[in-house]
Amino acid sequence: MKFMDFFQREPKSTASVARDRLKIILAHERSFRDQPDFLPRLQQELLDVVRRYVEVEQDQVQVHLESRDTCSVLELNVTLPERDEP
Amino acid sequence: MATVIVITSGKGGVGKTTTCASIGAGLALQGHKTALIDFDVGLRNLDLVMGCERRVVYDLINVIQGEASLQQALIRDKRSDNLFVLPASQTRDKEALTLEGVEQVLSEMQDEFDFIICDSPAGIERGAQLAMYFADAAVIVTNPEVSSVRDSDRIIGLLQARTRAAEEGRKIPEHLLVTRYDPRRVDIGEMLSLEDVQDILAVPLLGLIPESEAVLKASNQGVPVVHDDQSDAGQAYMDAVRRLKGEEVPLRFKEMEKRGFLSRMFGGR
Repeated sequence: MKFMDFFQREPKSTASVARDRLKIILAHERSFRDQPDFLPRLQQELLDVVRRYVEVEQDQVQVHLESRDTCSVLELNVTLPERDEP
Repeated sequence: MATVIVITSGKGGVGKTTTCASIGAGLALQGHKTALIDFDVGLRNLDLVMGCERRVVYDLINVIQGEASLQQALIRDKRSDNLFVLPASQTRDKEALTLEGVEQVLSEMQDEFDFIICDSPAGIERGAQLAMYFADAAVIVTNPEVSSVRDSDRIIGLLQARTRAAEEGRKIPEHLLVTRYDPRRVDIGEMLSLEDVQDILAVPLLGLIPESEAVLKASNQGVPVVHDDQSDAGQAYMDAVRRLKGEEVPLRFKEMEKRGFLSRMFGGR
């Protein structure tokens, strides 16, 4: 270590940057791991049905499957756009 | 009954085949009758690393399709009488590898061997899923590097969902093998540490293989590096083999080699 480095703040090592990035991306990816294969398709088909009646964007329909002790809960969330006139 | 062990990683080039060869040869050196099966149809390399590439006549797919018997296809290792290699097909279509075919071959081998080691292809496609499907245990080979760790996590997810054991509600033992580890670069913060990798993947550690010149020298010659008992990598693989059998072996090669006063004063690096 050079003499002046002693007084400067230690820069974050690249290894710790790697560790932090991995932790974030893996937490995200693991949340999708346990969901069944059909969920993305179900989401798409539900979106298509909703779109026949209202104009919604891709990300305004959320399908979530949650497993509890004895049952699984399929949650469907549709954010409807605000109506132009009352 | 044989124990079926899959060597897997997701990412390519991290040392699956090197590990398969050395764990297999190590188990054979310890007196266990062991078979190695290459599942990498079209890109076989286990034969080359084992040094038996010129003795390949029949392969896994020939056996599955009934064109050769298991006895005809298994290649006996030059160094150990109790080690055999079943190569992958280099020319046949991947589609020829079927779940039923693999099951039939494995069940035929069950009573004959103590260990059956399946060398998985890279990726998460069919070949990789077939290699892991019937496993009783898994060795996940990981480099201390972001893409390898991420892919290993993906493979761990598949191991917990897409194996026969998982479908029957059982969980197979998973073992983490960290390869190409460079304590010097870990020390200066340029490489993920063993603790980081273990912390992220949360799989019990089977072994730590240091980055070593011996690995390339061994594959150049077609001799599993575990036979080079003077080398760090060879010793580290033998430690891993012992742990696989349930022995308690202290972890080596994690710290930087202590250099003497003179080599510190005058040595390079």
